[in-house]
Amino acid sequence: MNHILAIVEREMRKFFRSPALMMASMVFPLVQLIVLGNAFGGKIRDAKLGLVDQDGGTQALKIREAFDSVRANMRTFEPVYYNDPKTAMDDVRNGKIQGAVIIPPQYSRRVYEQDQPRIALVVDNSDNFMSSTLEDELTSITNALNQPTIEPRILQQTVLQIVELYPYIEYMKYLLPGSITLAMFVSVMIGGGMLYIDDKARGVHEGYLVTPITKTELVFGLNAAGAIKAIMTGVVITVIGSLLAGVGTVFNPAIAVQLLILIVLTSVAFNTMMFLLMVRVEDPLVPRAIFGILNTLLFFPSGAIYPIQAFPKWLRGIAAVDPFTFAVHGFKSILLKEAGMTAIWPDMLYLSIFALITLSIATPLFKRTL
Amino acid sequence: MISDLNSRGESSGEVPTNGHGPAGDPAASNAIAVEHIVKKYGDFTAVDGVSFNVKEEEIFGLLGPNGAGKSTLIRMMTTLIPVTAGSARIAGHDVQNDPDAVRRAIGVIPQALTSDLDLTIEENLNIYAKLYDVPAKKRKAAIDELLELVDLTKWRSAQTKTLSGGMRRRLEIARGLVHSPRIFFLDEPTTGLDPVSRVAVWEMLTNIKSHRQLTILITTHYMDEADRLCDRIAIVDHGKLVALDTPAALKASVPGSNVIEAQFDNVPAGWEDRLKKMSEVTSVQHEGAGMYRVLTGDGSRTTTELVEAAVHSGVKIRSLSVQNTTLDDVFVHYTGRQLRDELVKAHAFVMPPRPGLQP
Repeated sequence: MNHILAIVEREMRKFFRSPALMMASMVFPLVQLIVLGNAFGGKIRDAKLGLVDQDGGTQALKIREAFDSVRANMRTFEPVYYNDPKTAMDDVRNGKIQGAVIIPPQYSRRVYEQDQPRIALVVDNSDNFMSSTLEDELTSITNALNQPTIEPRILQQTVLQIVELYPYIEYMKYLLPGSITLAMFVSVMIGGGMLYIDDKARGVHEGYLVTPITKTELVFGLNAAGAIKAIMTGVVITVIGSLLAGVGTVFNPAIAVQLLILIVLTSVAFNTMMFLLMVRVEDPLVPRAIFGILNTLLFFPSGAIYPIQAFPKWLRGIAAVDPFTFAVHGFKSILLKEAGMTAIWPDMLYLSIFALITLSIATPLFKRTL
Repeated sequence: MISDLNSRGESSGEVPTNGHGPAGDPAASNAIAVEHIVKKYGDFTAVDGVSFNVKEEEIFGLLGPNGAGKSTLIRMMTTLIPVTAGSARIAGHDVQNDPDAVRRAIGVIPQALTSDLDLTIEENLNIYAKLYDVPAKKRKAAIDELLELVDLTKWRSAQTKTLSGGMRRRLEIARGLVHSPRIFFLDEPTTGLDPVSRVAVWEMLTNIKSHRQLTILITTHYMDEADRLCDRIAIVDHGKLVALDTPAALKASVPGSNVIEAQFDNVPAGWEDRLKKMSEVTSVQHEGAGMYRVLTGDGSRTTTELVEAAVHSGVKIRSLSVQNTTLDDVFVHYTGRQLRDELVKAHAFVMPPRPGLQP
């Protein structure tokens, strides 16, 4: 036991003497939380939508008023008025505007005669997200025009949409469990994987291989040290991330305890997984090279940034065994749903079994000699 | 006795020994007993049936060119790599059957600087004291004493990465002794150090030896280091033991007791042959740029003949010196002069040194 503690002490002292490493393991997930949370969580704002009014009648005027209303409230798009449909379509192709609405001649007359009035929307469908947003917005406007009797309710809805001027928080909350998990993964990658291989490459490990420490003590010491670093990272990111994303549950003592248990199990599972992957690696460039692959292979299928239900079967297969999936599910259940231990015990059980299996495989593979 | 060692092969005949070889003095207890030890990496034999004994409290030197097998040999003796065949008993314990007992009995200074750069001197020593199960009550006293011995007391709180190469090597020596081992292995302890730091390390080792009952096995390719420190020297080449004796006996074993180094201008064809034919000359080495190294049994007589021959042939002597045979000559005599460009299995990827942190 003393030998294990000595290895842990050594690793922890080194860890605190290299604050840059500690910062690196925390900054990456936080940057991702802030950037992805804002980039993907937002809605289209101030797109330019051309409007060609070839009708000029009162019904066409209603459409123009609806456009002005969107510009003033949701700001999804800003209308740009054209006289000529050809110029408007050319500008859509050139990217000067993101779409164009054409109100054909006789539109108002057809409305009054109930003779299948139509307006046309020309979109640049090379950008699916933009085109579907404009389509949704225009569908909403045409629905409103078709049901004038509920116009006041539509106005009320517009007022409600103003509350969604802070839509980023919703996606950041969704992303937070993934960011906490990713932070612990980066920590074990640096603290549990790379450092030992760097030690091997520099010959530093020869120093403790000539001491009477046993293979098991060395394996447990290295894993305990790596897991402790990941736990510290997990706790810090949980607190900072919750503050950034506006999640208050973390300050509930009961939930904090559940979070700590999950952080410990996730850290141990990740570290033993990394230890198994790196147990026979000699070249310190290897963990650096495979970092991107592991990140993509483990983080993205976990449901951290996109629902698993949207994945094809083979990707769901990866998600089903990926420890990230269970960690993310656990953190979501506690942080976002306050679902308690009953919701996360399968995650905790899986992470524990995963850690036991990986450690059982890695220990005999670990070389006590050079 | 010679049968216990390797035969040297075609270039040297028998292994010279003064009778203190493997089976030397049966009454003397052996701290290290190596018998026919072999290490193979695939088809490549890095160490090929080496045998020798090291007596208690002896300083034993392992010499050899780069790639000769010295480090492989020391790594087998210190349990760092498995033995392919043969055996090594260290402090009475077999390295293969009882490696933990071996590890408790030995202190090791590997070739690489293995102290943690981010930790202070004292922290490094403390961690290793814990790894060696030094009782908490004795730890501080042991560290204080060692820091005094290696003259690092006032730097005890300095981070290792701020130390010079010589200081870091002294820290390594202290670290290897933190559990008071009986046997101390040092793998090229002064490689990369400046001459002043090297001398400081030598003095430190001599000082430590006078304070503690310690058997020391040291590998080096600095002949002056081996000459100054070692009671006996083994020369290893191509994985085999080619010579084993005291430094004085080894020097005496080389034909020729003097070395003449002379540099000439405008040497005529066949000049080297003329030198070889001079009386008492045992070997001539041309070292380039008109420089010749002549081994002779009679320095005065050969010098006179050489000067006469130069005057007679109109060859200008630029410089000339006569000295006694050194271990360098012994080394060259037993190992030859060809480069050891052997391919050996890499133990690991070699990390480039951190800029500014290497000695």
